[in-house]
This record gives sequence, C-alpha cells and structure tokens, in this order.
Amino acid sequence: MSYHNPYTPPRKSATFDDYTLAEIRRAAATGIYDIRGAGTKRKVPHFDDLLFLGASISRYPLEGYREKCDTSVVLGARHAKKPIVLKTPITIAGMSFGALSGNAKEALGRGATIAGTSTTTGDGGMTDEERGHSQTLVYQYLPSRYGMNPKDLRRADAIEIVVGQGAKPGGGGMLLGQKISDRVANMRNLPKGIDQRSACRHPDWTGPDDLEIKILELREITDWEKPIYVKVGGARPYYDTALAVKAGADVVVLDGMQGGTAATQDVFIENVGMPTLACIRPAVQALQDLGMHRKVQLIISGGIRSGADVAKALALGADAVAIGTAALVAIGDNDPHWEEEYQKLGTTAGAYDDWHEGKDPAGITTQDPELAKRLDPVAAGRRLANYLKVMTLEAQTIARACGKNHLHNLEPEDLVALTIEASAMAQVPLAGTSWIPGKGGF
Amino acid sequence: MNVSLKRESLEAMRTFDLATTPLRDLNSALHTIAPGTNDTNFEVVNPRGSHSVAVGIDQPVTVEVRGSVGYYCAGMNDGGTVTVHGSAGPGVAENMMSGTVVIEGDASQYAGATGRGGLLVIKGNAASRCGISMKGIDIVVRGNIGHMSAFMGQSGHLVVLGNAGDALGDSLYEAKLFVRGEVKSLGADCIQKEMKPKHLRLLAELLDKAGVTDVKPEEFKRYGSARTLYNFNIDNADAY
Repeated sequence: MSYHNPYTPPRKSATFDDYTLAEIRRAAATGIYDIRGAGTKRKVPHFDDLLFLGASISRYPLEGYREKCDTSVVLGARHAKKPIVLKTPITIAGMSFGALSGNAKEALGRGATIAGTSTTTGDGGMTDEERGHSQTLVYQYLPSRYGMNPKDLRRADAIEIVVGQGAKPGGGGMLLGQKISDRVANMRNLPKGIDQRSACRHPDWTGPDDLEIKILELREITDWEKPIYVKVGGARPYYDTALAVKAGADVVVLDGMQGGTAATQDVFIENVGMPTLACIRPAVQALQDLGMHRKVQLIISGGIRSGADVAKALALGADAVAIGTAALVAIGDNDPHWEEEYQKLGTTAGAYDDWHEGKDPAGITTQDPELAKRLDPVAAGRRLANYLKVMTLEAQTIARACGKNHLHNLEPEDLVALTIEASAMAQVPLAGTSWIPGKGGF
Repeated sequence: MNVSLKRESLEAMRTFDLATTPLRDLNSALHTIAPGTNDTNFEVVNPRGSHSVAVGIDQPVTVEVRGSVGYYCAGMNDGGTVTVHGSAGPGVAENMMSGTVVIEGDASQYAGATGRGGLLVIKGNAASRCGISMKGIDIVVRGNIGHMSAFMGQSGHLVVLGNAGDALGDSLYEAKLFVRGEVKSLGADCIQKEMKPKHLRLLAELLDKAGVTDVKPEEFKRYGSARTLYNFNIDNADAY
C-alpha cells in the first residue's frame, strides 16, 4: 500500500502576515516609511472590555425620562476668572485648519455650539470663521507656534498648551506641501508648497519648572481670565498629570494612542504611547494623591465613540472627554457615499487614512477648494450636534441605570472588566470576581 | 499697590516697584491703557529676576526696567518699547509682534523665540537658541550667540556682531542670518551665501535701526537656507 500525505492547506505565518509582507514590499519599493492620519489601528484593550453593572437590590436606579441626570461640567475654575461651562462633557479635540478644510472647521464649530460644548483650534492658528461659529473655542498653544498671536490668545475662551498627543507622544507633526495653500502658508509664515514641520517640543521652555513659568506668562498676558489646559499624550500619565498640576494647569487633557493625528509615521502611531484605557486610572490617582481630583479637571480622549465610552471614561474618574476621529466621521469622513472615489485612491470607505495627501473625497482633510465645497458646513454641523446629543443621552441612560443623578457620580464601582488586561488597566474587577490584577482579591 | 508718579521731562512716568508691588498690577496697568492717553511711560524698579515682566503689551507704551529680569520679559510685545537696564532670562521678547525690546546686558536662551515682528537688540551676548523658530522678527546681538541659534527660523533677520556657536541656522527656512565673527558650525541645510548689494543695504538698515554705528555691513557674512530639505526626500535622511 502506497502512502500519500494527506492534504494540508498552505499555512501563512502569524508573524509575517499578509499586511506585514505587503509593508515590507512597500518599504523596499519606495524607500520611505508610511505616513498616514488617524490613530492606532491595532486592537488594544479598550472601553469595549468594560461593562456597567447597573442597579440592583443594594442601589436603586433613576427613572429614565423623569428623574434628572445632569451632564454639565465646569472646566478651569482652579485659577481662571472665566471658567468654561459646558452642557455636555463631550468636547471637540484640537484639529488644525490646514489639516482640515475651512468648511470642516466651521462644521465642528457649528455642531459643538448647538450641542453646548467647546471646540478646539490646532496647529496653524485660529481662523475668523472658526471663532465666529464657535461659542466656546479652546486655543491650542503648540510647539510650532504657527499662527500664534496674542490677539487670538485673548479672543479664545481657554488656552491648551500642547505637550503631546496620543497618536505620537514625543513626535512633532508634518503638513506636507500638497496641503499648503496660499492661506495656510500665510498663516504659518512659510513659503507655499513646502513640507511644514511642526516641532516636537516647545521652543522656549523645557521641563515642568519652565512650564510653570510659561503658564504664568500666559495668565499674565490674558489677565488671568482664561482656563489653561495642558495636553499630554498617553505616556506617563501619573507623572505627567502630577507635573501639569504642579505647573499650575487648570485642566489636564490626556490623549491615548487611539487618538488621531493629521499625519505622522505609521510606525509611530502603532508603537508609541499607551491605550486610553491604561491612562485614566494613573492620571486620576495623581489628582487624588494631590487632593486635586475634581479641582483640576481631567479630559480624556482617544477612541471615544459612544455614550457608553463617555460614561466609562467618566466612571473611571475623568471630568470630560474629547472626540476627534468620531467627530470627523459624524460630519462625513470615510462615508460610504464616496466609495467609488475611495476605490480610485486605492482604499475603501472606513479605511481611508491618507489625510496628509489632501485628496479627501469627503472634502474634510483637504485644502482643495473643489473638494472642500462638497462639505456643507451647516448640514455637517447639524450631524455633529445630533451625534453629540445622542452620545450625551446614551451616557445619561447608563448613569440613570446606575442610580446616578450626574454623570460625574459614576464611579469605578459601577464597572467590571471582561478581560484580565482591561481589569488590570482600568483597575476594576474581572467580571464575576473581586480580582483586580496587582490589587489582590480572588 | 505702590505706584508713584514722577515727572520726567514733560511726561508722567508711572513707576512700579516690584519689591513691594505685585507683578499683576504692572501687567494689568500695561493692558488697560486708555486710548489717546499720554500716560504711556512706565518704569519698573527692583525687578530682581521676576518672570513675565511687561508681557502682553498691546499699546505703544514705553517701559524702562531698572535691573535684571527672569523668563519671558516683554513676551508677545505688540507695539511697546521695552528697555531692560540689566540682563534678561530665557525667552525675552518671545513671539514679539511689533515694537522694540532692548537688553543692555546679556540674554539667556531662546531670545526672540518665534518672534513675528519688531526689533530685539541685545547689547551683550545671547545664549543658545537665539531666534529659534523666528517668524519675522529682527534680532541684533552685539556680542556672541550660542548653539542652535535660528533653529527652524522661518523669516526675519538675525544679525550678530560677534561669533555664533554650533549648528547655526539648523533646518532653516527663509530667515536671513548675518554674522560678523566666526561661526563654529552650520546646522543642517544652512549655508553661507553671497552678500549682494541689496543685502548690504538691508544690513545697513538693520544696524541703523539697532543704533549700531561702529561696524560696517561689509564686515559680515550672510547665511541662509540651501532649501534642500524643503520637501522630504529619503536620500537626505542622513542630514537630519
């Protein structure tokens, strides 16, 4: 009897999977790393790995449509004469005019204003349209200082000193030449069409002691009116939060690695920084250790998509959240409506991330006037407002089910984790146990 | 608040003694100048290294600071004339929009950082990163400047009568640099360029504005961007 090997299907390497192989070939063909927008695409422990317990015999819920569940938040009352008061704790993260079209910035301002929240400028400065359409506008103070001037500092409602962002803690930015229109070039004091590097650290301060002096300067220039936020990427959240508080920040903005960027190296996005979930508890612990929890507000960003995510971030101790990628999707980014054009660009709706190339079919991450015209800022603003309202309602629904009459009354005790990783990061028990890795229990 | 009025010539000068008066009172007074007033002359005594002295000026006021200051003196100045009769700490005249800032002594690092306009004159030396990320300011230094000066300078002019440290003009954009003495080394993409008649005229104007009369434009060398790093090219990776 002859022996035949039974058929075994071809086996691909888990280490050298199709994407990895394609990336090696791409690097070999082009000689340059991949640059793209958005945040990490790898799967990391996230809010999906947490569940709320809801009410039970030991605690009673609130009636969904009858009993009040407050969503308001005050930001910056520590030192500022004019703190920010928002109707919802969901804010719009910093995104630049330059990275985004003027219409997209206007839409973000309109949507945020209708929903009673704030929006934020980005690298490149403040435009009149953005100021005009945003009731509450946070002005980013960035290492590049593109477009920075004291008049805009004074007409902002708050100032956000950007130390880093979750997509690239320790990295600067790059706006490639194809997006540098006359107006963008003029706002940034640079020739048209050249690549504009945004510095990775501030030109006139280094370290927490300098930061304290820088914050004093900004307060003196703006007569102590404006709340001063300090934004950091998710790297060393305990120490970064503590140092920001020590330096005098009113608000700490903490951005995990799911937070988006307009453009940076894929290797940076995927390999530097920590998941949002891993950042929150250390930051809250720092605030608690300093006796500053709820006195210095904590805004969490990076992968917030729904009211459940909002509620989970707040239950872990945040005061508010910020959304960037989700806001862009709400106004029309990656919409299947443009699928044919995404295909022409070699991608598909939902995967388009070449935001730096300025060819966005949805007219959002572009400076091409014809593409930008595709986005109606009024209708897009309305979509964003709707989305913000839905998220707020969702968060309220969960909070009421947990018996909370303010979103800020949500607490870690309301949560359990589905995975050991999420349990360790969020420091809430693995579902069905009282075990938190590293914290004892069983 | 300890504010005294005294007469100098025909104009009133408000004096703030920072040994007894909070910094806030000084900066607040500078930000609340009534339009059309003659009450625009200020004197600061006993600054004793205070930070953020005379920051955020947005009117054509004159401030005489009698002593040395800490960080960010005259930060974001827009139209004021500030003279420090002493030395200045880091970030003097950072992000200046317009006006004039004169430092009689030395300046620490980041002098004139990201400045967009106006004139910064440093009569002594300036430390590292003088004119970092400059965006239109004119800086004239009588002494030497430290390393990494004019790093990523976008526009404006840096004039140095003495020597420049390492990596002058690293990653330079369109800022123009003039150095009379030795340059220890040039940064990435910064090269010496020909001094043409138009540059000599420009330099003469800058020296004149800064009140420098004892040197000639012909004694300087000009440096600027080679513009080879303006658009990313993998073959230039070794330059970074």
